[in-house]
Amino acid sequence: MTDDAKLTAQSAASASGHAAADAGSIAAEAMRRRRRRRVLTYAGRLITLALIVGGWQVLTDVKIVDAFFFGSPVGIVNRLIDWAEHGTAYGSLWEQIWITIEEALLGFVAGVVSGVVFGVALGEFRYLADVLGPYIKVVNALPRIVLGSIFIIWLGLGMSSKVVLAAVLVFFVVFFNAFQGVRDVDRNLVANARILGASRLQITRHVVFPSALTWIIASLHVSLGFSIIGAIVGEFLGAQKGLGLVIATAQNTFDANGVFAAMLVIGILALSAEALMAQLERRLLSWRPPSSAEIADAAVA
Amino acid sequence: MGVALAVGPVTGRTPGSIELLGVTKRFLTPSGASMTALRDVDMVIAPGQFCAVVGPTGCGKSTTLTLVSGLDRPSAGTVRVGGQPVEGIPKGVGFVFQNDALLPWKTVLGNVLLGPMFRGLPRKEAEARGREWLQVVGLADFASHHPHQLSGGMRKRVSLAAALINEPSILLMDEPFGALDVQTKAIMSNELLALWEQTRPSVIFVTHDLEEAIGLADRVVVMTAGPGTVKAVYDIDLPRPRGAVQEIRFEHRFLELHQQIWESLRSEVGRAYARTAAIPGAVGGQA
Ligand SMILES: Nc1ncnc2c1ncn2[C@@H]1O[C@H](COP(=O)(O)OP(=O)(O)O)[C@@H](O)[C@H]1O
Ligand SMILES: [Mg+2]
Repeated sequence: MTDDAKLTAQSAASASGHAAADAGSIAAEAMRRRRRRRVLTYAGRLITLALIVGGWQVLTDVKIVDAFFFGSPVGIVNRLIDWAEHGTAYGSLWEQIWITIEEALLGFVAGVVSGVVFGVALGEFRYLADVLGPYIKVVNALPRIVLGSIFIIWLGLGMSSKVVLAAVLVFFVVFFNAFQGVRDVDRNLVANARILGASRLQITRHVVFPSALTWIIASLHVSLGFSIIGAIVGEFLGAQKGLGLVIATAQNTFDANGVFAAMLVIGILALSAEALMAQLERRLLSWRPPSSAEIADAAVA
Repeated sequence: MGVALAVGPVTGRTPGSIELLGVTKRFLTPSGASMTALRDVDMVIAPGQFCAVVGPTGCGKSTTLTLVSGLDRPSAGTVRVGGQPVEGIPKGVGFVFQNDALLPWKTVLGNVLLGPMFRGLPRKEAEARGREWLQVVGLADFASHHPHQLSGGMRKRVSLAAALINEPSILLMDEPFGALDVQTKAIMSNELLALWEQTRPSVIFVTHDLEEAIGLADRVVVMTAGPGTVKAVYDIDLPRPRGAVQEIRFEHRFLELHQQIWESLRSEVGRAYARTAAIPGAVGGQA
């Protein structure tokens, strides 16, 4: 009993004496560990990249892999430098990139706006949904890429056919999410707004739309990727400019390095778009409590 | 809290009466059959009266409130609010839901000023009134927080402010404190009473907590297990102002009333339980 008491008293004294220092050192230790893990993660990523790229280069150098069919990292970089300095067959590289970005962005905006408008309208008005539902399902069931051919016949080889194709791809993703989001709205919130005196339009604006926004924003990630796919596939099917055309040309001339170089550019485009979208999403959904996944992300990043 | 309440920005009003006459409500079950939730309910609540409704789960208490609020219509019978038959949402009705119906993407202030905003008050004025009411419920410092950043009790206070800002003459509350811990619930009950005593709206307060019902109300209505109907009505003659709900419950008269009402309630609770648990004979005895 007395021993116990003594022990407790001792540990209490030492605890109060070192409490501040302990808290400080624990925080510092945690910080150190986190930084260490981050450095290790990046190092691991770099090594992986070096292994893949280096291995590829070595394999083509010693001719285990045929550089004519598979390209090589050095060949790809040279092709990019060549494009940047002397331009592609259709004008400067920057012009091709810009054309594709423009088509994708216009298609994205058109697809998102129309998707949200139709999604919310059909979600809010049951009658509209009942009438139009089957048609939307039919169009959605089509492999939408084949629509690209029709758009090129209708709209020609210019940008508009690609914009429309990108918009159609984006539309369906956003539409279904907006529709589902509207249907998913908490009935309790709507009832509360009605009691507080909200009109139908006010309910849509202040309750239904913001509630559906979570779903809509979740669809934007996928949509942005789809808009780039739409633009490039459209260019592939028939165009006068753009990265898709550059790839198609490289393919026709068996220029593997050219195909990979264009792929690399598209990849960088897609990744930057993704990063921008993540930023936008964070801003728009700032009211939400951080999910555990996001906390985990923050810890790793 | 109690001190802040004294500065409530509430002005005089004409209070509303509530009448349910022979009200029956049927629902269609998913299988297509008809299910009677309420049968022949008669209930009259005088202007300014605080009426608590108790009854077993599923007996139609929430349904009663949706009928009074005009969110739903009775299958038969009449519901009148302020003497007028209910068509659409009647004027002057406020509702506090069991799960707080706060918009998670709006700030606390944004949520409180919804009522004035929906009613077309200019943004500036709505905001000023919102801030006044946040002051009343003691959340002035949390105006720009989002609901998920508040505790359950604080969210309840926001809900209360959001409902009261429209100065309702009728306040419907559906187990408003059901999800709170015992201490917070006691505090909230006192605050509710203080607010009510200032502005005196008619209240229908649904609860499963008999002590809460007796502590707060002028009248306690006991409903039967579904289909719900009014089984008995008890007038609570405890003097007002009641003061702390957690102290009054030891008074002799309180215990007497509790005993009486519980007698009436417990057989209904037993019946409702037997129905859901489907263990014949297991209930009734000591329920
Ligand atoms: N919208 C609805 N559709 C079908 N049945 C309902 C609906 N609302 C309530 N009910 C049924 O009516 C009965 C009464 O419900 P409710 O009023 O919520 O009970 P309480 O609030 O007393 O627990 C329950 O059996 C419930 O299942
Ligand atoms: Mg209920």
